[in-house]
Amino acid sequence: MKQLVILSGKGGTGKTSLAAAFAHLAQDGSAPIRAVLADADVDAANLALVLHPERLETHDFTGGSVAVIDAPRCQGCGICEQVCRFDAIDSDAGVYVVDPIACDGCAACVYQCPEDAIHMQPQTAGRWYRSESRYGPLFHADLFPAQENSGKLVTLVKQNARLLALDTDSQVVIVDGPPGIGCPVIAAAAGADLAVIVTEPTVAGVHDLRRILQTTAHFRIPALVVVNKADIYPQGAAEIEAICAEQGIGLIGQIPFDPTVTEAMLNGEPVTAYRAEAPSSQALAAIWQNVAARLA
Amino acid sequence: MNPSARQPVRATTSINGMIITVASGKGGTGKTMVAASLALSLAAAYPQQPPLYLDCDVEAPNAHLFLHPTLAEQQEVGLLIPAVDEAKCTHCGKCAEICQYHAIAVLGKKTLVFPQLCHGCGSCTALCPEGAITEVLDRMGIVERGSAAAGIAFARGVLDVGEPMAVPVIRQLKKWALPRPGQVVIRDAPPGTSCPVVETIRGSDYLLLVTEPTPFGLHDLRLAAQVAKELNIPTGVIVNRENGTYPEIDAFCEADHLPILLRIPFERAIAEGVARGKTLVDIHPEYGDRFRQMFLQIYETISHS
Amino acid sequence: MKILLTATSPSIDSNVDPRYGRGAYFIVVDPDTMEWQAHPNPGIGASGGAGSLAAQFASNQQASSVVSGDFGPNAYNALQAAGIAMYLFGSSATVKEAIENFKAGLLESVGAPTGPGHHQH
Repeated sequence: MKQLVILSGKGGTGKTSLAAAFAHLAQDGSAPIRAVLADADVDAANLALVLHPERLETHDFTGGSVAVIDAPRCQGCGICEQVCRFDAIDSDAGVYVVDPIACDGCAACVYQCPEDAIHMQPQTAGRWYRSESRYGPLFHADLFPAQENSGKLVTLVKQNARLLALDTDSQVVIVDGPPGIGCPVIAAAAGADLAVIVTEPTVAGVHDLRRILQTTAHFRIPALVVVNKADIYPQGAAEIEAICAEQGIGLIGQIPFDPTVTEAMLNGEPVTAYRAEAPSSQALAAIWQNVAARLA
Repeated sequence: MNPSARQPVRATTSINGMIITVASGKGGTGKTMVAASLALSLAAAYPQQPPLYLDCDVEAPNAHLFLHPTLAEQQEVGLLIPAVDEAKCTHCGKCAEICQYHAIAVLGKKTLVFPQLCHGCGSCTALCPEGAITEVLDRMGIVERGSAAAGIAFARGVLDVGEPMAVPVIRQLKKWALPRPGQVVIRDAPPGTSCPVVETIRGSDYLLLVTEPTPFGLHDLRLAAQVAKELNIPTGVIVNRENGTYPEIDAFCEADHLPILLRIPFERAIAEGVARGKTLVDIHPEYGDRFRQMFLQIYETISHS
Repeated sequence: MKILLTATSPSIDSNVDPRYGRGAYFIVVDPDTMEWQAHPNPGIGASGGAGSLAAQFASNQQASSVVSGDFGPNAYNALQAAGIAMYLFGSSATVKEAIENFKAGLLESVGAPTGPGHHQH
């Protein structure tokens, strides 16, 4: 069983559209591949919007704990505010309160309160789901807005996808990753056999491509690059080609700027299922063949 | 609200400090393009008071590509993590017991620190009965500052590759790059709705959410609007790549009482210009005045809230 | 001598749990007498650092070896610092089988982290 992760660095380059197309293409054609899908972009999970899966299981996700001050016991000494390094404690007319959004859960205030007036309280930080889509099982999650621990939730979603893939003899887990290069990205990429990086030929896309390639190199994950909206800025596309050539990274496809992609999204379908003859769909089919060959 | 923003001023001739954060939920909706255009518009309209621009997307910082700052000053940032003096350590296990992140472990006659797990809360250092723990800086990235076109003050954070935690870099950027009295601050947020976004938004006077008229755009706008509600920050919406085919965005904004402050049409010329690193006011100069009008509308809103 | 193994339920007849830091139960066994005790993993709900916590637990139990399916970098570094040897389950399906294989010297010992680690911020 192989694990494929789709990443980008910059947000909005088309990770989810690519993941949805891969999910469709894996099942399509003469040599279907059994895939389990995981949406690892837990703070903006969009894969379910394209795949319309049926939700089979819902689980609460307990994130970290936050400090709570027991007001009647608080003597207003202010030590908690002094020891908090997350600016999470404030006083209003001598009454100290914890901002649960800013609280990091370190419990420094709990340990140092001379009145034992602070305790830690676990928080439900989100939910995760097992669903069944047209193209196979989907694990996804919603992190409640303004919650921490997105990396932990990503790990949970991925772990469940992996276990099901092992149980059902699936050949691949397709992970739709989050943008950026930080904790949720590292969690999404951990253990991947292959990363497909979707970039766009814009100054920002090129800049962030370099950062995400450094990240995959740092974690020794083999990477391939796909250029989306490839024809929008030829100079940017040329720069991407140069970066890939210089780093020995396979540039395995260019998806042209194609309004069909947005149209398919509005219709809630992967573009390859919505209109197979569209230029973007044809490019995606060729890209998938290349990726599938490397996963075999 | 920034206290100085409460002073009565004539908004049409001069402006007074406030913090506007540009965020989105979904990535790639045009946050940086909007934030940079707003900064350039304000700098042109109020040349005596150009704003301070903070690029808080430390994982994928891009604003410099639009504003071309000269970054004169740089500082390493990170967390203060424990260093154990084995000569003083009695391996009592107190530090391991209190650490909520399990970033320090006592294993027989060895006390081990895990820098990647540590959040730098300082509890082990404060509570070690032997005084055997001191703190050292664990670098996670840098903050940089300087000036950009039209007198815009510019600062950004850059997370080191392989480092998981963006929040400490953002937190220190906010503390390091302070506005002059009365200076408007524009914060360019990362995508998403979790900790790095929340850290960027915290302390803002106004939140501008940039979305696009697609199901993904709406789904993530909904989440971002919830964050704004939790943080109790007045919020307005900019619809980018508007092509009139997805009225659901308007319906949501109306139901949620979110004003749509600006619509930017779906236009290949804009997409191509942005790809080259041009802002909207470079591509279509008439947007300068639209951004100024939008700013005044925001100014009115927060002066009355 | 004691060894610690990860298990899916609190019994020596249990199946092995391939995860170390996030394994459901720890079975601590004296392989000579086959006396055993089951402990729920204290780190199962930890928001981060399950690997270092699990290593701390093994050290507190004075285990000389740990047998599991996967050792992330934090668990590996901590167990190594504590001088605790690490082995992989291999084909062992149950805890009992793994103990027999351990005694017979059939288990592969671990000289580097086997997993990429799980960032949990």
